[in-house]
Amino acid sequence: MVSDVRPIHAADADRVALSFERVSKTFPDGTRALDDVTLQVKSGEMVAIVGPSGCGKSTLLRLASKLSTASSGDIHVSDGNLGYVFQDATLLPWRTVQRNVELLAELAGVPPEERAQRAAQAIVLTGLSGFEKHRPRALSGGMRMRVSLARALTMRPRIFLFDEPFGALDELTRERLNGELLGLFERERFAGLFVTHSVSEAAFLASRVVVMSPRPGRMVAEIRVPFGYPRPTELRFDPQFAAVAGEISARLREHLA
Amino acid sequence: MIAEATPETTSSPEVGQGQPRQRRAALAQVIAPLLVFALMIGIWLFISYVLLEPRRRFLMPPPQDVVLNGLLNARNVLEILGGLWSTTQVAIVGLVVAIVIGTIVPVAMIQARWIEWSLYPWAVVLQTIPILAIVPLIGFWFQFGFSSRVLVCVLISLFPIITNTLFGLKSTDQMQHDLFTLSRANRLQRLTKLQLPGALPAIVSGWRIAAGLSVVGAIVGDFFFRQGEPGIGRLIDDYRARLQSEQLFAAVALSSLLGLVVFWGFGLLGQLLVGSWHESHRSAE
Repeated sequence: MVSDVRPIHAADADRVALSFERVSKTFPDGTRALDDVTLQVKSGEMVAIVGPSGCGKSTLLRLASKLSTASSGDIHVSDGNLGYVFQDATLLPWRTVQRNVELLAELAGVPPEERAQRAAQAIVLTGLSGFEKHRPRALSGGMRMRVSLARALTMRPRIFLFDEPFGALDELTRERLNGELLGLFERERFAGLFVTHSVSEAAFLASRVVVMSPRPGRMVAEIRVPFGYPRPTELRFDPQFAAVAGEISARLREHLA
Repeated sequence: MIAEATPETTSSPEVGQGQPRQRRAALAQVIAPLLVFALMIGIWLFISYVLLEPRRRFLMPPPQDVVLNGLLNARNVLEILGGLWSTTQVAIVGLVVAIVIGTIVPVAMIQARWIEWSLYPWAVVLQTIPILAIVPLIGFWFQFGFSSRVLVCVLISLFPIITNTLFGLKSTDQMQHDLFTLSRANRLQRLTKLQLPGALPAIVSGWRIAAGLSVVGAIVGDFFFRQGEPGIGRLIDDYRARLQSEQLFAAVALSSLLGLVVFWGFGLLGQLLVGSWHESHRSAE
């Protein structure tokens, strides 16, 4: 299984899409969320951040997307057009799947015909065909997350931020969506920063896994995942995969005590 | 396990049979209020014929006389329906004005904190003004006709619309706000595509409360502002003065019916507007 891996696209490999340099964040109430984080994500690279709850993982994404500003340090984003997938699907319950997927393009002023076309593409890519007329209420958690992904895809971002998008799903659905997300990543080759508290999810998706300590969050380890893309689902059962996951887990535990 | 051993569950023939039990419950829901209605008619008849001697029977005329004289007499019922229509017009115009103001004000309030801080206390004050106390003033300023009656309706029904609408607009999910922020949505987009549709269930329930109050306001207005077409309130007052108790009872019954129709109507409107997507009708009631 591991034999048919490929290296990351050489052409993209050197372009830094997203970088944090010595970034710290202290909230107005004095809580120190992040301490001296330095991290780069290159084009075509998927980096996962694992850490315990409240370690500032999500804060990192909020800083990258300018939803929040850093107390110190520099953040560079090569392209302002960011895809952001939230913990919650954040769908508008009064809109159908089709209209939810069109939302971002609509807000950006994309003409109706083009936005319908983009939405149709994203709907096919995320396996939502046939559900266009459904309301979010009628969908399962996994389907809602697909809608959320499709909505982000319509803007064709080159950088994607994922804030524990599959955290609320059951194990099976999560694994399926991991596989689908990898498929999208392999196809689109965006730069991805994926926040999660699941070690196996991090190891399965990312080419690099960054381990963060509890609050104030700082980077305590960086583990290279020695598998290329595309990655088959069975990779999860590979002994080498277990070894990588085991190492991430161990590094995570070291700093929990 | 323990529950199975209790006599209620073991002796019940319907354990595990949802259908007949449901049907029986539905039937009981229809029959129970009818039984209460029959009981009330019984008490009514008892008071009219047993407790009251004939010369004092006008205090509580028997139900069949109310129906015959008040509702089945063409001249009387037309007079009452005419009054009801005039009152309904006042209530509707008042409600529409209140809805317009009651939507604009909260929308302004969520644009800036200082607007909310400067206006909200006055909305509360508006609610605490005893309407009856300022009715004479309203008459001074706006004459004793249609516009004064409408003004009473607006004053009485505005507050629940403002509070419910404001509550609805402010309860938008923070992550959805973030989504709109990331998309660089402008205020108008945020308002029309996120906040207003999300607030709709709360807004409609505000309208529903206000609609009932508006009918009350219109009838109160009729009592005081007697110029122009007579409303149902004025008719009720006239019937009382002329001891026409059968018409009085009929007029009271029909105005209650008006309140009920308005309440149901807005409930239906709410369902049409939000029924298909919203799990529950949130409100600040």
